[in-house]
Amino acid sequence: MSLSLDEVRHIAKLARLELAEGDLAATQAKLNGIFGLIEEMQAVDTDGVEPMSHPQELAQRLREDRVTESDRRAAYQSVAPQTESGLYLVPKVIE
Amino acid sequence: MSRTDWEVVIGLEVHTQLNTQSKIFSGASIAFGAEPNAQACAVDIALPGVLPVLNKGAVERAIRFGLAVGATIAPKSIFARKNYFYPDLPKGYQISQYELPVVVGGQIHLLVPDGKGGAYEKVVNLTRAHLEEDAGKSLHEDFHGMTGIDLNRAGTPLLEIVSEPEMRSSAEAVAYAKALHALVRWIDICDGNMQEGSFRCDANVSVRPRGQAEFGTRREIKNLNSFRFLQQAIDFEVQWQIDLIEDGGKVQQATVLFDPDSGETRAMRSKEDAHDYRYFPDPDLLPLVIDSAWIERVKGELPELPAALSGRFQGEYGLSAYDATTLTASREVAQFYLDTVAAVGSANAKTCANWVMGDLAARLNKAELDITASPVSATQLAGLVARIADNTISNAIAKKVFEALWNKEGDSADAIIDAQGLKQVTDTGAIEAIIDEVLAANPKSVEEFRAGKEKAFNALVGQCMKASKGKANPAQVNELLKKKLG
Repeated sequence: MSLSLDEVRHIAKLARLELAEGDLAATQAKLNGIFGLIEEMQAVDTDGVEPMSHPQELAQRLREDRVTESDRRAAYQSVAPQTESGLYLVPKVIE
Repeated sequence: MSRTDWEVVIGLEVHTQLNTQSKIFSGASIAFGAEPNAQACAVDIALPGVLPVLNKGAVERAIRFGLAVGATIAPKSIFARKNYFYPDLPKGYQISQYELPVVVGGQIHLLVPDGKGGAYEKVVNLTRAHLEEDAGKSLHEDFHGMTGIDLNRAGTPLLEIVSEPEMRSSAEAVAYAKALHALVRWIDICDGNMQEGSFRCDANVSVRPRGQAEFGTRREIKNLNSFRFLQQAIDFEVQWQIDLIEDGGKVQQATVLFDPDSGETRAMRSKEDAHDYRYFPDPDLLPLVIDSAWIERVKGELPELPAALSGRFQGEYGLSAYDATTLTASREVAQFYLDTVAAVGSANAKTCANWVMGDLAARLNKAELDITASPVSATQLAGLVARIADNTISNAIAKKVFEALWNKEGDSADAIIDAQGLKQVTDTGAIEAIIDEVLAANPKSVEEFRAGKEKAFNALVGQCMKASKGKANPAQVNELLKKKLG
């Protein structure tokens, strides 16, 4: 599998990465190199091997359902660029 | 106009907010109505270096749901990142479940009103239910041209319940949503508060010519937070799609929003960016493992489910499917009914059902009261039913006694009947005396009856009932009057 330049542009957009036109070809080559690696790995016979979703063979630890956090809004908002009435302000989002 | 007979295909995705104390991956509170961002901790606002830790209470609620719908609880399920950028999603991804959800399959049984006063039974299969976190809220009011972000809701635990595309009308979709809403409240995993967003529906809607095997292209209506909007949005969307196709157009897959003011649906996201979420397993979370001991323990704690109770009402009490379903619409109503029957005996189960679903429900509805706040208790209602059963009062008088109970004019039906002299007159002599008076006062009606006018008889019965202030036993009045005139 290899990616077209348009696909590289699309992936960059989804990831909110600004790629200069001049960097597109180099990025495409790097991504295609990763696909090459994956193709090599896919040659390995994995019949009968259960897929892992995590490199560690452990189960998720669970937390008791209790409120343990107190209100630290003032501390968090002291480093926010802009706040008002307890809200974080961000550039206008229109949908 | 249309030459094609169109079939509607609907699948629902319902987001139920789980009624835990804390968030799904952090120890912040999920209580409604707090000051903005007062319940958004370091994990919820995605400060660097934080790690999610899964809430056992959220998992337990998912297990409850799975057991209640007869689904498979996955022994191992995994969490995935659903990637998209929006300011009320600070991490840039939502933690959800994708390939291996916690609940697989299951069924919801429902009764769908047929629009002619009856109802038919329907089973809707579930695809899956998975755990995920909610996003925050964006406030688009004017903050000097900026958008305000409140992250209190970010990280609130949700169970997204996905149905198969098996509903064929908006009425079926609404019946399904109502049955699901009743169930999640019944098993106490969600408060069901639709105004506060605890139960939100997305409807996938498509149409196809009847008989065609393949589905048409669907559009997804997002965020419907009332049953009425669900119905209106689907009806509008179905007509819109049919009109488009009949005019030679083609439905494009899209996400749409319903505008309650105009009653219309309109496209919300452009197609190219939608559904490109690049899911992958979240490396911050290990697989969720649920052993059979845990499932057994949760099973042991589940209340009797509405379907089982409804079956019992039909089998043991001889109620119709419709009555049984209505009485099991909520645990509170079912409990009130059970308490009433327990107090007066199951021989009167049908009368109890009529009163709970009829006069009581209507009165509660009018007063906008929940059944748990009913001024007439189950014991009081049972006392009333007992007096109807033993012929102390007629149905008409019973309604008066019910009103008196509601208005707290007495502690019990018996007290009110005594105090207001409402006891039914069953003494033959007394009734005959009334009849004689009425006959003497209405010679014209008597004549008409003798001339063959049946209506005149009913008029005379009415006069007798009136003369007795409604207390004469109507069956006896009928019988004795016939005898006198015969």
